This record gives sequence, C-alpha cells and structure tokens, in this order.
Amino acid sequence: MEGALFFRRFEGVMMANKIVSWIDQRFPLTSFIKHELTEYPVPKNLNYWWNFGFLAGLVLVIQLVSGIFLAMHYKPDVNLAFDSIQHIMRDVNYGWLIRYMHSTGASAFFAVIYIHITRTLYYGSYRAPRELMWWTGLVLLLMLMATAFMGYLLPWGQMSYWGAQVITNLFGATPFIGHEVVVWLRGGFSVGDATLTRFFVLHYLFPFLICAMVVIHLVALHSVKSSNPSGLNLCAKDNIPFHPYFTVKDMYGVMIFLIVFALFMFFAPEAFIEVENNIPANPMVTPVHIVPEWYFLPFFAILRAVPDLLGGVVAMVGSILIYAALPYLDRSKIPGGARYRPVYRIMFYLFMINILLLGWVGAATPTETTAIVGRVCSIFYFVSFLALPFVSKAEERWLRKRGLPQELVEMMVCDVEMDSKRTGGNR
Amino acid sequence: MSNDLIKGEEKIIGVNGEEPKNPKRRDFLVQATGVATGIGVGAAALPFIESMKPSADVMSKATTEVDIAGISKGDTRTVEWQGKPVFILHRNDAQIQAMAETPDTKDPQDDADRVKKPEWLVVIGLCTHLGCIPNRTAEGWFCPCHGSAYDDSGRILHGPAPRNLDVPRYQFVSSEKILIG
Ligand code: FES
Repeated sequence: MEGALFFRRFEGVMMANKIVSWIDQRFPLTSFIKHELTEYPVPKNLNYWWNFGFLAGLVLVIQLVSGIFLAMHYKPDVNLAFDSIQHIMRDVNYGWLIRYMHSTGASAFFAVIYIHITRTLYYGSYRAPRELMWWTGLVLLLMLMATAFMGYLLPWGQMSYWGAQVITNLFGATPFIGHEVVVWLRGGFSVGDATLTRFFVLHYLFPFLICAMVVIHLVALHSVKSSNPSGLNLCAKDNIPFHPYFTVKDMYGVMIFLIVFALFMFFAPEAFIEVENNIPANPMVTPVHIVPEWYFLPFFAILRAVPDLLGGVVAMVGSILIYAALPYLDRSKIPGGARYRPVYRIMFYLFMINILLLGWVGAATPTETTAIVGRVCSIFYFVSFLALPFVSKAEERWLRKRGLPQELVEMMVCDVEMDSKRTGGNR
Repeated sequence: MSNDLIKGEEKIIGVNGEEPKNPKRRDFLVQATGVATGIGVGAAALPFIESMKPSADVMSKATTEVDIAGISKGDTRTVEWQGKPVFILHRNDAQIQAMAETPDTKDPQDDADRVKKPEWLVVIGLCTHLGCIPNRTAEGWFCPCHGSAYDDSGRILHGPAPRNLDVPRYQFVSSEKILIG
C-alpha cells in the first residue's frame, strides 16, 4: 500500500521534472530562477529600509488590479464621470472597496516611493556604480506623478477639475507657443470632455509603461546588485541568496505594510480625498482654497514661492530634475552615505525638515508669513544641492585627516577586490 | 572570419570580402535612408498630434452671443464662452472715472485700449496666473488661489499674475447684444 503511494508520488515528481527540462531546452527557466533568485547575492546586512522597493512593486500590482476593475464601471464622459463614481460606490458589488483600495493605493504608492528615495539619499546609494538605477528611478517617479495627476481628474469633482486646470495652465509658461500647447493638451479651450477622455486613456496606459521601466530598473539592479548600509561591496561570504532569505524578509514587510494599508482603506478611506471633490466639477466656480494632494505639496510650495509664472514652473520642474545631478554633486568617496559622514548626515536631516516645511507651506492658505517661509525654504532646497560638491569634498578631507573608523577600513579591503572583479579591473 | 568582422568597423567590407570601390556612395545611401525615415515618421506623427487639438464641434462653439440689456449699472455678469467664464461689467460713471488713470503696474495699459464702450468691460474671467476664477470685490476682482488683485478694468494690481485679464475678441451686434469670439 505504502509502496504504491510512494511510487505514485515519485511518478509525479518525474513528470514535473520532465516538463521543466522540456521548457529548459527552449527557454532559460531554471537558470533564470537560479541566477535571479536562488543564487542572486544580496548583502546580508540590509536593514528594513531596503524593503520599500519590493513594497513599491506590490503597490503597483494593487493599483493595476484595482484600476482595471474600476475601469469596467467608470465612464470617461463629462456628463457621466461623476455619477459613474457614485454608481461604483453605491451599486457595484464591492465597488466601494475597490475604489478605496485604488485611492488609498495612490497615497501608499507615493509614501512607499518617497521612503525608498529617502533611504537612497541617506545611504548615498545613488553614487557610482548605481547612477542608472537612480536615473531610471527618477523617470519612474516622474511617470508616477503624471499618472497620479491624470487619475485625479477622473472623478470629475471640483478639485479634480481645478487641479487639472491649474496644472495644464503651467504649460502656458512655454515661451512663445504656451497658449497653443495648453489648448493642444486639453483638446479644447478649457479642461473638458476631450481632456477627460484622453486623461483616462493615458491613465490606463502609463502603468504599463511604468511596468516596462520597472523591468529596466530591475535589470540594472541585478547588474550592480543592491547597495547596503555600509555603502561598500561586501566580501562574497557576506552575501546571501535572495531566496529564501529576502523573500521571507520582504514578506514580513508586506504583512506590516498591508496592516497599515488596510487600516486606512477600511477606517479612514476619506483621509486622502478632499471634501471639495465630492462636488461635481463646475467650470464657472473656483473652490476657495485649491490644494493638491499631499504628495505634491512641497513642489507646489516651490511653484508658489516664485512670483513669476515661468520662473515658478522652472523652479518646480528643476526641484525634481536636480536629483539627477546628485551622483555628480556628491563628490565624497567615503562610503555609506550619512552613516560614516557626519556633515552629510546633518545636511540630510535639515533637508528633510525643509521638505516637511515646504509641504506645510504648500497646504496653507497663502499669507505673508507662508510666502516668506516658502521662499526661504525653496532657496534652502536648491542651496543644499549647490553646496554639496564643496561640502562633500571638504568633509572627505577632514574625515581622512581624522582617520576613518576601523570597521570601515576592514570592510574596504573586500570592496576594492569586488569592485575590480566587477569592472574587470578597469578602474 | 571573426577577425574580419571586428576589423570591419574600421575597414568597410563589400559583400564578398572586398572593399567597395566607392564607400562614399554607401554612406550616402545610409544617410539618405535615415533622413527619409525621419521625414516619414514625422509625417505619420502629424495626424496624431493634430487629432489632439480641439475638434470641429468644439471649434464651432467658438462664439457666444449675449444679451446685455438686463445688466444694470455697476453690476457684473458671468457668461460662458468656449467653456471659459467671461465677465461683463456694466460700469457706472464713478468706476469709469476711477479707471481713467493708468496705474503703474507690471502690465500698464490704458483703460481706453481695453474697452469698446467705456461703460462695458468684457474680460475673460480666468486669472492670468494659473487660471482660477477671480471673485468680485469692491475695487475689482481678487483671485483666491494665490492672491492676484485686478481693478475695474481687469488690470493686474498686485499678486503673481503676469498680465491683465485678457480681453476676448467681441463686437456689439446691436446696442443690447454682444458677440464674443
Ligand atoms: S491663479 Fe490666480 S493668483 Fe494664481
């Protein structure tokens, strides 16, 4: 009896092996899994700040799935859009859940991405050889912002409408052809039916472009491998395979994340939805106080800080694009970002406080005080970047004179070794 | 064989391994193909780009006729034109007088250049900053979004807005009717 059971199971395994080897002759399945998962080396000293890339991928999936199901009930027409959202909320089975999942997911996406970026800044992970990771990440951020902005128009509430009106107007700052560009973007003289339909289509398209970009981001990652808190290439013995060690660790992060996510989705789903957006869009009435979603607030504050339209737009766009220069602005060769660099660490914290202040200014009703705070903070924002080359150089000189910590010096031995292995000794 | 291929980067090789007699001709053909492809792609992109501009039905609603007889002196009415609000202000004598002087602002303009008849001011009701609708106040309009203030001629007094409120194209079809657009 027992023998028969064993034999049947054995047969099953044999069958599975046959299928796998059939595939392997035609597609690099096993070697791919080995190379990218079970034998992919990850530094063993990663802390929980390294969980957020995985979480971003999870939120992307949540948004894709919930978005596709919402699109089955949504109608991108100025006369139907607002009501179709009400229809989703009241009539569609679990429509409320899917919609709240999607609206909470949008905020979660930015929260996770911002933490992911903040980690990169703190540990200096943007530096060589990970410049391409940093830049593809920046492109991903811009794509995410565009997607979120277009998605925000779809409910066709007052904030949707006026947010889109204001943001499309920013393109009016284009020299000479500003007006034409704005009309072209909207497909009308003001935000209207044509705008809503194209925003819907693009809001549906962009996530798939984001997926493609994520693949590029990951290919770059698997080429340069994860950075780690020490900022150094670890010795081979200090790397452990991604699976099962980091699949488990990432799953743990997912649990914690889903708890927080569910708390918002079920108990405070309206926390991220402006009350004003429950009023249907009215092109003839501007809401008294226009505020963007929380994740745009600091940039909005920088826009408002400049008293000139073109200047404001340039400052706002520049405030995001300037991150691309970071690998070159940071000229220190001391590894580990803020960990082994006290001056950089102070700069990092001041910069973060400054961003929070900007966010507050962006949310506040404009007054004299907020205008001044906004200006000071915007200047500090850009000065931080411009001062970095000098500060980082001076800091490195000071640190080398003082002597690097012993643990760092020990770890650096492997760093040089691994580095020359990677570049074939060409550096 | 493989050596030849690598060398091929510097030395152009013909089909059967010999050098072509006139390599410039090949270069020209390659470049011409590139240019033709570029033009072709550009031409193919054009209809798509054009399709995003306002469609014919949107353009056909480009004008609006307004009966202004019902607007009493000192009152303003907001009408819709091309989906945008247009302010029509029936100014009284005091207001006309007050506007006679050109304020020294970032966009100085004489009141006379902004109206067809002094008692009627017609301006697009979108703040020239980022397009919010300014609210009516005692001295003109005030934009709630970032605090731009305009006078009774729609001229910018202070705030981030770069220009005066735009004056749309309009004409008086009769003494009681205007055609905007
Ligand atoms: S839109 Fe009116 S002040 Fe900015």
